[in-house]
Amino acid sequence: MSRQSLTKAHAKITELSWEPTFATPATRFGTDYTFEKAPKKDPLKQIMRSYFPMEEEKDNRVYGAMDGAIRGNMFRQVQQRWLEWQKLFLSIIPFPEISAARAMPMAIDAVPNPEIHNGLAVQMIDEVRHSTIQMNLKRLYMNNYIDPAGFDMTEKAFANNYAGTIGRQFGEGFITGDAITAANIYLTVVAETAFTNTLFVAMPDEAAANGDYLLPTVFHSVQSDESRHISNGYSILLMALADERNRPLLERDLRYAWWNNHCVVDAAIGTFIEYGTKDRRKDRESYAEMWRRWIYDDYYRSYLLPLEKYGLTIPHDLVEEAWNRITNKGYVHEVARFFATGWPVNYWRIDAMTDKDFEWFEGKYPGWYSKYGKWWENYNRLAYPGRNKPIAFEEVGYQYPHRCWTCMVPCLIREDMVTEKVDDQWRTYCSETCYWTDAVAFRGEYDGRPTPNMGRLTGFREWETLHHNKDLADIVQDLGYVRDDGKTLIGQPHLDLDDPKKLWTLDDVRGNTFMSPNVLLNEMSDAEREAHVAAYRANGTTAA
Amino acid sequence: MTETKQRSFPTIEFTDSEAGALEFPSSTSRAYNYYKPAKLRATMYEDVTVDVQPDPERHLSQGWIYGFGDGPGGYPKEWTAAESSNWHAFLDPNEEWDQTIYRNNSAVVHQVDLCLQNAKRARAYDSWNPAWLKFIERNLGAWMHAENGLALHVFTSIQRSGPTNMINTAVAVNAAHKMRFAQDLALFNLDLSEADVPFDGAAHKEVWHSAPEWQPTREVVERLTAVGDWCELLFATNIVFEQLVGSLFRTELVMQIAARNGDYITPTIVGTGEYDYDRDLGYTRNLFRLLTRDAEYGESNKALFGEWLTTWVPRCLDAAHALQPIWSQPAEKSVTFASSLDAAKQKFRSLLEDLGLDSPKELDQ
Repeated sequence: MSRQSLTKAHAKITELSWEPTFATPATRFGTDYTFEKAPKKDPLKQIMRSYFPMEEEKDNRVYGAMDGAIRGNMFRQVQQRWLEWQKLFLSIIPFPEISAARAMPMAIDAVPNPEIHNGLAVQMIDEVRHSTIQMNLKRLYMNNYIDPAGFDMTEKAFANNYAGTIGRQFGEGFITGDAITAANIYLTVVAETAFTNTLFVAMPDEAAANGDYLLPTVFHSVQSDESRHISNGYSILLMALADERNRPLLERDLRYAWWNNHCVVDAAIGTFIEYGTKDRRKDRESYAEMWRRWIYDDYYRSYLLPLEKYGLTIPHDLVEEAWNRITNKGYVHEVARFFATGWPVNYWRIDAMTDKDFEWFEGKYPGWYSKYGKWWENYNRLAYPGRNKPIAFEEVGYQYPHRCWTCMVPCLIREDMVTEKVDDQWRTYCSETCYWTDAVAFRGEYDGRPTPNMGRLTGFREWETLHHNKDLADIVQDLGYVRDDGKTLIGQPHLDLDDPKKLWTLDDVRGNTFMSPNVLLNEMSDAEREAHVAAYRANGTTAA
Repeated sequence: MTETKQRSFPTIEFTDSEAGALEFPSSTSRAYNYYKPAKLRATMYEDVTVDVQPDPERHLSQGWIYGFGDGPGGYPKEWTAAESSNWHAFLDPNEEWDQTIYRNNSAVVHQVDLCLQNAKRARAYDSWNPAWLKFIERNLGAWMHAENGLALHVFTSIQRSGPTNMINTAVAVNAAHKMRFAQDLALFNLDLSEADVPFDGAAHKEVWHSAPEWQPTREVVERLTAVGDWCELLFATNIVFEQLVGSLFRTELVMQIAARNGDYITPTIVGTGEYDYDRDLGYTRNLFRLLTRDAEYGESNKALFGEWLTTWVPRCLDAAHALQPIWSQPAEKSVTFASSLDAAKQKFRSLLEDLGLDSPKELDQ
């Protein structure tokens, strides 16, 4: 279709909307934003007549590549270190995708612009595509990869795992609370515009380096839809900016959304890229380098900064602090160590790090070895059952961390942990911003104005609370993370499948009692708690 | 001479990580094991759909971690008055997922596109009589608004609210159908505007907004969009409105009389909407049959649906009756309003019977 035809077609399609006079659409999902003064902003033009064939063509390429991968025995050259992490990633990501579909009517309800409504409804179908195409990729992995355990229980594991819960924010955050906060700022303006770059571009690049060219095939196809979504988000953002009353809410939401995306996405994708790869070429980009390119330069400098011309205060401090956490405070390395500490309650296996890995990390993150090297050597030493407990229960100089009440990634940069009594409960936060999110932003009043539509933090937010004071073997069994012989754990702290004696069983982990840091914190006297928190915070040291 | 940068690339390593390379616990566990498929072997549809939307009553151990300002987050079952002892039992008989959505709709798009190209090549519109041109200009023009309104403010809206991924995805596909069909009608309208025939491409706006025969239909559509209960919205739209107004107009009028008025284009395009509705009625029927046959809630659901019928049947019948004048507009009047309405009512009764619901008395008046 020519550009002129497309313009005429789009103009005709806009004639389909009308101003209702008998009844107005129900406002199921409210917003505290106002669009009374908003100029109508036109998103990227898309009509169904060209949309469906375009997507079908993209699908044909994806499914053709999948056939080719199987015919070409791709799994002969896939790195297990890499594919094991896909058990976690691909258990999480279809939910955020389908949540994005479910979020679209929230934005439609909130924004009085029929031209955007069309774009949002097309995005809804895109997101159904993304969710199901990713589920299908995972199914292919399950069918063709050497170790299907973990893939085979994927959606159950996602729903009952501590890491799955972290990832679930990147989905529930799209569909709950203030419609604009959720479906526009958190989902589109930050998650899709900024962080899909690392999710769907940087990470697949690493997959290819590890012998897996299906992840890039599927996720680049997904990413090719994102430009339209970004356009939807930007149009709504500009409409919101037209009303001065929205400015404090926009600034609040940019702070929350940026920081939460950083906490969640950088934790996961940073770990997958840095600890899931076997590619240790010295000139291979580190996650920090990728982040600098994709997030700092492409998003922050090219997208966020220009918004200042509209008078919007950009969270420069939080962008810089995210960068600081990644480059100087060891954020990704701390997360990887935490995931590896928790290996018995994982549904994926985590490979040990070798001298080659150590050398690469030291080159990219000077000081890495002095802070993390010894721990990974211990991880390697304690990899097999029989003579030792799982590493979490051995003395290796690592204290099991407190959970951040807001982002649910643990408080791993220990000197930054905030401890406050909120809603009559002692809670820990990984950072001042996560504390602010719970105590200030997600409340019914913000900066002196009512914000009845803002969401609330709910649920059993500390995963450990559910399993407090239970035997580790019972926890693993309750979670269902046991292989089909009824005793061998799905999670293992190594990749050796060839010797059954090296595989941990329920009996090997029995006798270790698991305690919730938050339950214990709330049981302490004031003096005990202050001493405990001081010691916890002192245990954190900044990487040299 | 410029210096050539040393190329750097990852090395391939053969890892023998194929299925079957070793035997160990779970080495043959190659099926999703967290749900029970409807038949012995899981379908692709089930594998890519079931449990992707978590549920605290199934595996979601920490509950929903975000809530609304005035209530719980996630997908509360209280968002409808209908009840089920197992919402997860519903599976879409169309088994819609990525590939089916694009294959089916793309096939429709190609069909419509080819049809419109042929119409232009054959100058098909030249032979239409003025009365038929006017009929299409006004009535198909008005109807496309209804389709678009249902797409954006009924089906797109519902798919946020259903308690399972299977329900919400089926409804999302329904929304895509409606949007595509509405746009196809609009672009058909554009083609006619650009053809060398007396056709006012803008007339549809005034007809939809002001013509007396279309106002009750617009009123029902707008009232539908105002419904907060997602299940009532689906019931009122796909069970009642589509039967008594949608099918009345599309199936019992346009599809019956177009050919006799020298028009082989419109039935091809409207036929795609008919095909969509047939598929969409399929999932809707399955869902409501599940609810009326529910061992625990079947009877209370039937009573509830009876109330919904009491609300929506009179409104839709009013809309249907108001449309009566348009049966007289074409030059060739091969069906009467009475026979069309009888046919629509009969199919509606049959559908209600299939769901185990009593026909409302208004149908006999």
